[in-house]
Amino acid sequence: MNKPIIELRDIYYCYPDSEWELSLSGLAIMPGEVVGIIGPNGSGKSTLLRIAAGVLSPIKGDVYLAGSDLKQMDRRTIARYMGYLPQELISVYDYTVEDIVRMGRYPYIKGFGAFKEPDQRAVIRSLERTDLTEFKHRRLSSLSGGEKKRVFLASVLAQEPDILLLDEPTSALDIHRQVYFFRLLRELASDGLGIGVVTHDLNMASLFSDRLILLLEGKCFRSGTPGEVLDSSVLKKVYGDGLLLNKHPESHRPAVLPRIGPEKSS
Amino acid sequence: MKTRAVILYGLLFLSVFLVLPWIGPESIDPGKIIQFLSGNNTPDGSIFWLQRLPRVILGLLAGGALAVVGAAFQVLFRNPLVEPFTLGVSGGAALGAFIAISIPKLLLTWGPFSTLQVLAVLGASLSLTLIYRLAHRQGGVSIYTLLLAGVTISIMCGGGILLLTYLSSPNALVVFQRWMMGGIDVVGFHELSALFPILLPGIGILFLHANDLNHIALGEEMALGHGVDVKIVQRDVFIGGGLATAAVVSLVGPIGFVGLIVPHAVRRLSGYDQRLVLIGSFFLGGASLAVCDALARTVLAPTELPVGIITALIGGPLFIYLLISRIGK
Repeated sequence: MNKPIIELRDIYYCYPDSEWELSLSGLAIMPGEVVGIIGPNGSGKSTLLRIAAGVLSPIKGDVYLAGSDLKQMDRRTIARYMGYLPQELISVYDYTVEDIVRMGRYPYIKGFGAFKEPDQRAVIRSLERTDLTEFKHRRLSSLSGGEKKRVFLASVLAQEPDILLLDEPTSALDIHRQVYFFRLLRELASDGLGIGVVTHDLNMASLFSDRLILLLEGKCFRSGTPGEVLDSSVLKKVYGDGLLLNKHPESHRPAVLPRIGPEKSS
Repeated sequence: MKTRAVILYGLLFLSVFLVLPWIGPESIDPGKIIQFLSGNNTPDGSIFWLQRLPRVILGLLAGGALAVVGAAFQVLFRNPLVEPFTLGVSGGAALGAFIAISIPKLLLTWGPFSTLQVLAVLGASLSLTLIYRLAHRQGGVSIYTLLLAGVTISIMCGGGILLLTYLSSPNALVVFQRWMMGGIDVVGFHELSALFPILLPGIGILFLHANDLNHIALGEEMALGHGVDVKIVQRDVFIGGGLATAAVVSLVGPIGFVGLIVPHAVRRLSGYDQRLVLIGSFFLGGASLAVCDALARTVLAPTELPVGIITALIGGPLFIYLLISRIGK
């Protein structure tokens, strides 16, 4: 049986000067699996992902990456196993697409950053995988929001990781780019990558995830297959009365629609 | 990385090093320079070897260091207006230097070192330590607190300097005013050697992290995701930049604009790869300051201007031009 690529055990975290806390007994992501992390604003999705990525250190509990304690690993080693795409993608300078993708090879190169043959091959593969080869000489400022997200995803793929952790990668993208992005994630998962993706879009999460973790007020409210997590009573408890549950005509997975009329409670 | 660009910047640096010692109010006979090396103490040889050459070398090193620190700090703080003096380093150094100048009993010399430099480096180090401790948080450094603390420490050092100004003798005031204008006119090889123990490790640390700075430009979380130990990079760049600035300021005073404008010019000319920006900034910064110093000693010859005046007069309009052309884009 496969072992999880990443495993979080008995995690507790709270921010200084805040009563909000995150408490989670466990979370594991297996190779080839897409796990959608969903929940309303302030439920702890991004905090959980940051803990998994080692950006935040949990106050209690442990994170294991490829069987090793994350605390004992240096950042370069972590980056060889894990690609992390934060929610806010910025660049102070107007780098080219290729510049950004090449930066993904950081875990494998030392010192001043001299590239070898395998590094070059990984960059070419990442550009091809994300359909960016013809864009490689373009500057970031000339790209659309969706293209920029793909560029950063390509740089993370150049790390050749075993797991991807993505924080709202499709926020602010129009719907066909969202579909493109999630299809790409599915393709990557079919190559064996484990993927943990935080998203607000319940339909994309339902359609493209193998498992969902629904967070509410810093706790895991429900986890399981999309069919197990997205049921009417759960949706009502977490999101209120404003949503209607249906089935996707192709996949028969849960599809969430907005309800017409005033919401009874928020 | 663009090897051709590095070679061009290097050639510029080398040309300045080879040409500038020949330029000055006194014309120099090459034959007498060679005679000086064989023990014949000619005035031409003395001017060339003992005055102009160390001065050009100091200009190249100090300008190069200030520009490299400026380039690194602009990325670290994600702020294009940051220069080596933003962090209160020069305030602390100036206060230290003024203490040495205003209390004659404290002004001592040992070999290439004097208490002026020691106190300037000490003042800069104290400022740095204080600012770093104020900005240090669990999980890293708060870049905004670092900037605010730097500005506040600068103001406090300014207050200390005003107090000393009020209490000082007119002689000390003149010396201090001159030091504040910045100048590389008072050195020989002897004084130059005092620069290396602090300057070289400082710049060396920055170059070690040149590639890391490319990732820092993508934000701290993205850099972490790529495998960069952001905390260590922030700490090292801050300390390295502080050391290099303290070393330069202690010897030549606060010389503005080189650390602000040169990195912008290099990015405009050669793109945003911070490895190239740091190398280019060193070569172009050094060449710029050395040329400004050559102007300072020739424009009003036989009188010499403090080089800080020249860098401000040339650098100011140049920066405004860069700003306007950027807005125009």
